[in-house]
Amino acid sequence: MSTQRIQPAARHGEPLLAVRDLRVTFGRRGEEPFRAVDGVSFDVRPGQTVGLVGESGCGKSVTSLAIMGLLPTRGNTVEGSAVFDGEDLLSLSAPQMRDRRGADIAMIFQDPLSSLNPVIQIGRQVTEVMERHQGLSRKEAMPKAADLLERVGIPDPTARLANYPHQLSGGMRQRALIAMALACQPRLLIADEPTTALDVTIQAQILALLKELVVETGTAMVMITHDLGVVAGLCDEVNVLYGGKIVERGDRHTLFARPRHPYTVGLLNSIPRLDAPRGEALSPIPGSVADNLPWDSACAFAPRCPNALDVCVRQTPQWDGDDVVGLRCFNPMAVSR
Amino acid sequence: MLRFVVRRLLQMVGVLLVLSLLVFVWLRSLPGGPVSALLGERQTEARREALEQALGLDQPLPVQYVRFMQRALQGDFGVSTQVLPGEDALDIFLSRLPATLELSFFALVIAVALGIPLGYVAARRKGTALDTTTVIFSLVGVAVPVFFTAFLLKYFFAVEWNLLPVSGRQSIGLDATRVTGLFVLDGILTREWDAAWDALKHLVLPSLALATIPFAVVFRITRASVLDVLDEDYVRTAEAKGLTARVIRGRHVLRNAMLPVVTTVGLQVGALLSGAVLTETVFSWRGVGQALAEGFLQKDYPVLQVLIMAAAAIYVLVNLLVDITYALIDPRIRTR
Ligand SMILES: Nc1ncnc2c1ncn2[C@@H]1O[C@H](COP(=O)(O)OP(=O)(O)O)[C@@H](O)[C@H]1O
Ligand code: SF4
Ligand SMILES: [Mg+2]
Repeated sequence: MSTQRIQPAARHGEPLLAVRDLRVTFGRRGEEPFRAVDGVSFDVRPGQTVGLVGESGCGKSVTSLAIMGLLPTRGNTVEGSAVFDGEDLLSLSAPQMRDRRGADIAMIFQDPLSSLNPVIQIGRQVTEVMERHQGLSRKEAMPKAADLLERVGIPDPTARLANYPHQLSGGMRQRALIAMALACQPRLLIADEPTTALDVTIQAQILALLKELVVETGTAMVMITHDLGVVAGLCDEVNVLYGGKIVERGDRHTLFARPRHPYTVGLLNSIPRLDAPRGEALSPIPGSVADNLPWDSACAFAPRCPNALDVCVRQTPQWDGDDVVGLRCFNPMAVSR
Repeated sequence: MLRFVVRRLLQMVGVLLVLSLLVFVWLRSLPGGPVSALLGERQTEARREALEQALGLDQPLPVQYVRFMQRALQGDFGVSTQVLPGEDALDIFLSRLPATLELSFFALVIAVALGIPLGYVAARRKGTALDTTTVIFSLVGVAVPVFFTAFLLKYFFAVEWNLLPVSGRQSIGLDATRVTGLFVLDGILTREWDAAWDALKHLVLPSLALATIPFAVVFRITRASVLDVLDEDYVRTAEAKGLTARVIRGRHVLRNAMLPVVTTVGLQVGALLSGAVLTETVFSWRGVGQALAEGFLQKDYPVLQVLIMAAAAIYVLVNLLVDITYALIDPRIRTR
């Protein structure tokens, strides 16, 4: 693995990944079509860590699976583009996409136990990706796999190679999955809720590891989470997703200091804070995504929004901004809070 | 692992002991009996009693059972009264075993060789015409009695169209050398290719008939199991690694999907043994199943006892092998 350091967040460089107007619609014949991702656009520049944040069901996983070409082969349509390194991933053939996955773009998932094959040794699950993309034999790849396990903080890595997933702890399993993802030095890593299934103390360790690794390797990362707290220490830029659309985007500092969208404010207020005055209850956002209005003719968030105006239920709020900052709201929070 | 095997073998001895008692009592509670079978219904009381005495059937049941077990433990399971009068019952079983082994083996190979790939393909193409057709076909396979399948196959392929032999294991007049009693294998070992080919042709219809139910079961379990595994997160991980379709299929999908299939194959040995009775009867296949059918008709207690106990022992042994195989595939069982 390369250890050269690169400048974090070269902000106005060419994007490594440019997602434009991504739409994913589910539904087979005879079913009401359901648009899980509704015109999502965002950029990831080399070495940058970009957050994709929103409540469960807002389309984060579907966005990432669409980019990776991992959605089920039937029962959905994907529109828009995802240009990676000058090539639209969405128009690549299946074999071309297989060559990218694991080599140029890697992914780690939420549940480390179910994401590992229970009947294959950890070492083999690391080497197979190197065998596939780097033309190594299993024998050649094994020592590299041990190095990788060591690199992600797994003690006694050589012995662990022969272990099966059920013999490792949850945190160690997620480290092993990170090792597999980074095995071929991908330029982009997509992490879909990588800490959600883990204990709180382990969560912090895994986040620290990811942060360290992206700085060290220069890998760009898309961090998907429902928890703005995860984003706080990690992301350069944050996209807030609601009902399949991005509703606010900004750099991390601005977004945390001066959130403009009422939904972002709601998410921030529901982060548990250590410095909160005793007895101050968390204030979760009222209602649920089940209350959403259709984006076609309203703001989907309106039924849950404290700032909602009449226009919010009659008209779609348009994106006001660019690929660095932006907002989709008729009545945002005042700039000075 | 070794402790596991030893424990299971001891369990098996216990199971067989209990079973021997049940079979012993059950057979003797059936109407009729060897004496009526041997002498017919119209006989003098005196002759009946003399024969009962000679066979030891005049003693109370517990005494009979203890005597039977004493002899059995020394390898003496009694002599046949009717199937082959005077012949050692165990010898009858052993002489019939190869025919049934050969038939069951081919049936199992057919069931597995068709059931697993078709089950995989049907799962991958779930909801397509191919999937629906194979599922219906497998339902029919389970629903139709083996006896009927066997009869249909024989009627069309052997009698009507004359494509394959009607019955038996080898054509009459073909002078083949016997080595193992497995005729196809014998032909290969002795390089009597015509005998091997002839035996193979005789095997086709009976093993197809016997294979229908195990095939249908293996097919359906494979299909269901592959469908489950395709939904697993680790298959998505494998796809995210960009692995080739071949590696994903073999290493990640089939290897996991085979776990329930292995157990199923073991349980199918039971279906094979009971199916063999019917198939062997239809095709005059001189195997254990046919001897069992004859034994029942003629109330040949010693022969029936040996055959039923041996079938049970084989069933338990095969399932022990299955459990060992399972542990070899699934490290969660092996390494705790
Ligand atoms: N394969 C699928 N078929 C139909 N609907 C789906 C499928 N996958 C996801 N969805 C729906 O798309 C929406 C977004 O899901 P997802 O991206 O998984 O949310 P999250 O932001 O929690 O990751 C949800 O309403 C979910 O029910
Ligand atoms: S557009 Fe209206 S309803 Fe939607 S978030 Fe803004 S104020 Fe609330
Ligand atoms: Mg998700």
